[in-house]
Amino acid sequence: MTDAELVARCRTGEDQAWNELVERFSRYVYAIATQAFRLSPSDAEDVFQEVFARVYEHLDRLRNDDAVRPWIAQLTRRLCIDRLRSAGREGPVGDEELEIAEVDESLARLDEAMTVRAGLEAVGENCREVLDRFFCRDESYRVIGEALDLPAGTIASRISRCLSKLKAELEGRSEPVRPS
Amino acid sequence: MSSMTGYDEVRIAELLRLLPPAPLGWVRAAQELPAARIEIAGLVARAEADAGFRARVIADLESALEAEGIEATPSVVAALRSRLESD
Repeated sequence: MTDAELVARCRTGEDQAWNELVERFSRYVYAIATQAFRLSPSDAEDVFQEVFARVYEHLDRLRNDDAVRPWIAQLTRRLCIDRLRSAGREGPVGDEELEIAEVDESLARLDEAMTVRAGLEAVGENCREVLDRFFCRDESYRVIGEALDLPAGTIASRISRCLSKLKAELEGRSEPVRPS
Repeated sequence: MSSMTGYDEVRIAELLRLLPPAPLGWVRAAQELPAARIEIAGLVARAEADAGFRARVIADLESALEAEGIEATPSVVAALRSRLESD
């Protein structure tokens, strides 16, 4: 399901679609708050909930449903900055400009990461699961093997095979990486 | 503007690592927003009808929720703030 299709279903009030939307973008919002802006866990949680509250409240105002990802990124960015400002943690102007450049770089990387993650949807459940467990959840071969009922010795080759499959999937897409 | 074409497995792996899961409790709370919205509807209706009450709620969202017997979790507070700001 595309982002636009998911947004359309959310607008009809479908609970399952909302659950899917939160699931799809939760890592993105979390990463922006904790990696790009380095918020504390407490501040990051407040921003995280605020982002989804506003998305839920203002989804009708989104003019282009395909743009939900940059919209969420922008919203998260703004709320993170508000949070830092309200805490009085802004540095001198020079430092702030430097930080903004770093933040923008980080946001661009996270946007690319979301593009790669979207490619996972096309490689099948087995590959999605093993790649997510190994790279995103940092699980060991043993833990993955136990969870998926596979011999631990086969996990490395499966990861390699699935990465190649994901690479082929991404290369087959003509859509360029969108900046945040 | 770059394209995904040309990304090797190492780069793909690096990008995957950038998106660990958010804490499950945060995700669950955000997913329960539609239910939270219903829960706070009465409070929002009173705030819309009574400017004084609205000012007191905005001044202390957590206390206003607790006074209504609603647990002031971050997701509920965020939902209430968003509702009041959009009205």
